Amino acid sequence: MLKRTALHEEHLSLKGRLIDFGGWELPVQYSGVIPEHLACRSSVGIFDVSHMGEFFVEGNFAKRFLNILTLNDVSKLDIGQAQYSAICNERGYLVDDLVIYRRGVDRFMVVVNASNTAKDFRHIKSVQESFESKFGSIDLWVTDESARFSQIALQGRNAETILQSITEIPLKKIKTYWFSEGILLDKIQTVVARTGYTGEDGFELYIPWLDAPRVWRALLAAGEKFGITPCGLGARDTLRLEMSYPLYGHELNESTGPLEAGLGWITKLYKEDFVGKSAILKMKECGPRRKLVGIKLLDRGIPRQGYKLYLPSQNESVGEISSGTQSPSLSQAIGIAHVHSMHAGVGKKLEIDIRGKRIPAVICETPFYRPPYQSKLK
Amino acid sequence: MILENLKYTKDHEWANVEGKNAIVGITHHAQEALGDVVFVELPQVGSKLEAHKTFGVVESIKAVSDLFSPVSGTVLEINSAAVNDPAVVNTDPYGSGWMIKIEMSNPSELDSLLSAADYKKLVEATR
Repeated sequence: MLKRTALHEEHLSLKGRLIDFGGWELPVQYSGVIPEHLACRSSVGIFDVSHMGEFFVEGNFAKRFLNILTLNDVSKLDIGQAQYSAICNERGYLVDDLVIYRRGVDRFMVVVNASNTAKDFRHIKSVQESFESKFGSIDLWVTDESARFSQIALQGRNAETILQSITEIPLKKIKTYWFSEGILLDKIQTVVARTGYTGEDGFELYIPWLDAPRVWRALLAAGEKFGITPCGLGARDTLRLEMSYPLYGHELNESTGPLEAGLGWITKLYKEDFVGKSAILKMKECGPRRKLVGIKLLDRGIPRQGYKLYLPSQNESVGEISSGTQSPSLSQAIGIAHVHSMHAGVGKKLEIDIRGKRIPAVICETPFYRPPYQSKLK
Repeated sequence: MILENLKYTKDHEWANVEGKNAIVGITHHAQEALGDVVFVELPQVGSKLEAHKTFGVVESIKAVSDLFSPVSGTVLEINSAAVNDPAVVNTDPYGSGWMIKIEMSNPSELDSLLSAADYKKLVEATR
């Protein structure tokens, strides 16, 4: 039996095409991936991402614990601020990527990928056990709150105007990767974060589970004059791919370390200790074997996960596509690939094996797309 | 939408028979299930096809799907308009979104294809 979000009835009435996504029944599309994608880029899209997992990490030791658990430096995080980070196992391979929200001095919310929620929770609990065996009985509480939160993402240049019409929270004051807690509509207590997975300006709303339909409908009504468009998982994927944001299960997995996944910027090796640090230091010494790169196809075809990359007219594979699609914004086939470090420079010509045919491609700068009003990207 | 005068495969291709030739495409149901078609790969004119073997590929944003030939024969023509603008497969699957024209080598294979009524039943069963 697939799990359903609180917005299931909304998806049915909007004629969403429901699929099994990691055990969740969610719409892959409503009107179509391309129109949904373009609506988000040009105005605003609304997404049900309630399947994401939310953990609370609280107590006097919460900050110290999260600094041991995750790659990024939690001590840099202010109250009201969010931080992109990841967790590794002792061997230095990626267990998941995640976002940490600091809600108070000793109160954090950790948002993880839906399909990894159970695995992550076990991992965190085991780190907690070893942490406690070192420090004894301490004030540290880790709980899985996923069932209590729906999550709606409102993404696009008109997101702020629309959301402002249903809340008194001064949204202009929330900077990118910061959040605020307050009321939506009459009394719906919500975490309003200026975060997202599309490259557009926008918000992610953490709402009490059963209140999601009211917020969803209110946003659809308020957004009508902006052509607000419900977006499914298909558009979520093409939007993140144009930004070359990694996705667990594609770019990130348990045989990839953070440095070769382009996550060096969140891997704070100056921290005294964190899970996987010694293994990652070794990986750094040897230099990463491979790198994540963006590629564009120079002839017709669409790269897909698992397709192999070659040097022109050579027989030994030098890499593999981790995600690919036809970019709706650029009308161009794009992909992300793990490529042997020696051949991973921008401008490098490669060939992709697509069903036995070699299609020329080139490594290019990322992101593939930049929203015109975003001067610089997080 | 299922047209009465066409023959169908279980894999959601249609064949429009004109004498010893058949024009082949994918059905309305197939294009709807695929979503926005963004890539079409067709065989070269002159290629020999076998019934129920793949002759090409259609791709939507999310999915790759093989095309199966309803009949055996030789490719007489391909629809390069669909290759250059795959969206026509969505907007007009039975018309300008056609794929290939085949000169049939064994027209008796047509007997094993589905009638419009049988194909309609198949589609309804998968809904």
